[in-house]
Amino acid sequence: MTAMVEISDARKVYDGGFEALKGVSLSIEKGEILALLGPNGAGKTTLISCICGIAVPTGGQIRVGGHDVVRDFRKARSLVGLVPQEVNLEPFEKVWNTVRFTRGVFGRPRDDAHLEDILRRLSLWEKRYAKINELSGGMKRRVLIAKALSHDPEVLFLDEPTAGVDVELRRDMWRIVADLKAAGTTIILTTHYIEEAEAIADRIGVISRGSLMLVEEKDALMTRLGRKELRIELQEPLDAVPPQLSEFDLSLEEDGRVLVYSYDTGAERTGIGRLMTRMTEADIVLRDVRTRQNSLEDIFVDLVHDTGTDAA
Amino acid sequence: MNWTAVGAIYRFEMSRFFRTLLQSFISPVISTSLYFVVFGAAIGSRIDEVEGVSYGAFIVPGLVMLSVITQAISNASFGIYFPKFIGTIYELLSAPINFLEIVAGYVGAAATKALFIGIVILITASLFVPMRIEHPFAMLAFLLLTCLSFALLGFILGIWASNFEQLQLVPLLVVTPLVFLGGSFYSISMLPGIWQKIALANPVVYLISGFRWSFYGLADVPIAVSLLAIAAFTGICLAVIWWIFRTGWRIRD
Repeated sequence: MTAMVEISDARKVYDGGFEALKGVSLSIEKGEILALLGPNGAGKTTLISCICGIAVPTGGQIRVGGHDVVRDFRKARSLVGLVPQEVNLEPFEKVWNTVRFTRGVFGRPRDDAHLEDILRRLSLWEKRYAKINELSGGMKRRVLIAKALSHDPEVLFLDEPTAGVDVELRRDMWRIVADLKAAGTTIILTTHYIEEAEAIADRIGVISRGSLMLVEEKDALMTRLGRKELRIELQEPLDAVPPQLSEFDLSLEEDGRVLVYSYDTGAERTGIGRLMTRMTEADIVLRDVRTRQNSLEDIFVDLVHDTGTDAA
Repeated sequence: MNWTAVGAIYRFEMSRFFRTLLQSFISPVISTSLYFVVFGAAIGSRIDEVEGVSYGAFIVPGLVMLSVITQAISNASFGIYFPKFIGTIYELLSAPINFLEIVAGYVGAAATKALFIGIVILITASLFVPMRIEHPFAMLAFLLLTCLSFALLGFILGIWASNFEQLQLVPLLVVTPLVFLGGSFYSISMLPGIWQKIALANPVVYLISGFRWSFYGLADVPIAVSLLAIAAFTGICLAVIWWIFRTGWRIRD
């Protein structure tokens, strides 16, 4: 695999003195989907801005397709498409014109058939002569994507593509991303919806306060940190975990009405069967059983919370 | 040079102009006609002639300059301010283009619009007064250079402005007075003593003088000085723009 985007020790200090990136190093492989997670103000957008040429990094080096984004900006930028976080579109312009404009500004010759293909894939073809301000919010987001794709970028940046978007459109967006990946496009998306990273990313990076906390394969991350909880609702509340069940890692919650068993999904034996047998033997009557998977969200909150404590 | 990109910006900007073609066309025609009614008929009837040219005809070059300068500035400043305002500037910043290409696209379009309006005014004026153009090539050259240099100035203003009020401020407080006091409606020689000297500090005087020379052979200052002045002005604007893009001032973080 070759690195499509290489970031080494990227730093950004804004004029006011705010240090938005504190030495970020990251390598993104061709054809992968990387999700950058992080709370608001963590530096996600700054990192993207530095790669795309909207901001100039104050330190370190960033290369796209082997080209330095500052020295060799023409080659680097022509490989990149950007879908910004804000819906920045000229309100009175027609969809077709604005998409054509982007292709032109990126120096690519006019190719109506190609643009038609993009607009059809994004279900925008019927709206091609509509003015931007006549479109719904979701349609406007699609126009932003169409613009970003108009010059066949090899790397696509999606800065919070589904912020404030309804569920249906979010699914649509994920499908579009999957299609692009299948076509070989490298995709970097920022989000603070963990669900989104879980659903579409190959790798997940977590940024907090200008530093990259971790980058890991999503599946590895999920197994490594993924634990499952079995929550057993009891008919009669208990004062303490009965001694017959002491061999299990149990805790009582909700005033003794719920028995919580936490176990590793990756382990060979989960021990659930044995727990059930012991409970029956101890005459504990259960009312209901639920399981809960440790989501990326929990991992994320833990991670960001831990650093917060460290910093304090 | 990435000419495809320049062309894309130019076409995009011009399409806004063509979308509002009627407004773009009607407003200069009406305002020119008004100037002729007020200055030409009402006041001009008492002035008669300036240096051998009827007053109505005398003010034509000044009127054209007035509109061309205003239009070039407002078109160029709005052209680049608008993407900044609505946020679409991200696209220009992330595109594989350099500052020359951005400037060529926006300033080229703004200058074209100003030129178009200048020509419309000339045609309108010819309906009111008998006109002659002694040096047509010089006339065109002056017109083109004026469109270009003031579009460059407008571009700078558009980058500088951080709100709509600022966008109007310089044209209103600086440019309009300079144009009105630059001899649009009178010859500098008509001013009393010391004011003739003070007027020479106004760069617009050189423009209008040179432009009027190309019509009637009349000039307040030597034609070579006029040419030099406009060339210097264009050069200064280009240098400022070059600096803006080098430092990313008010555009790139």
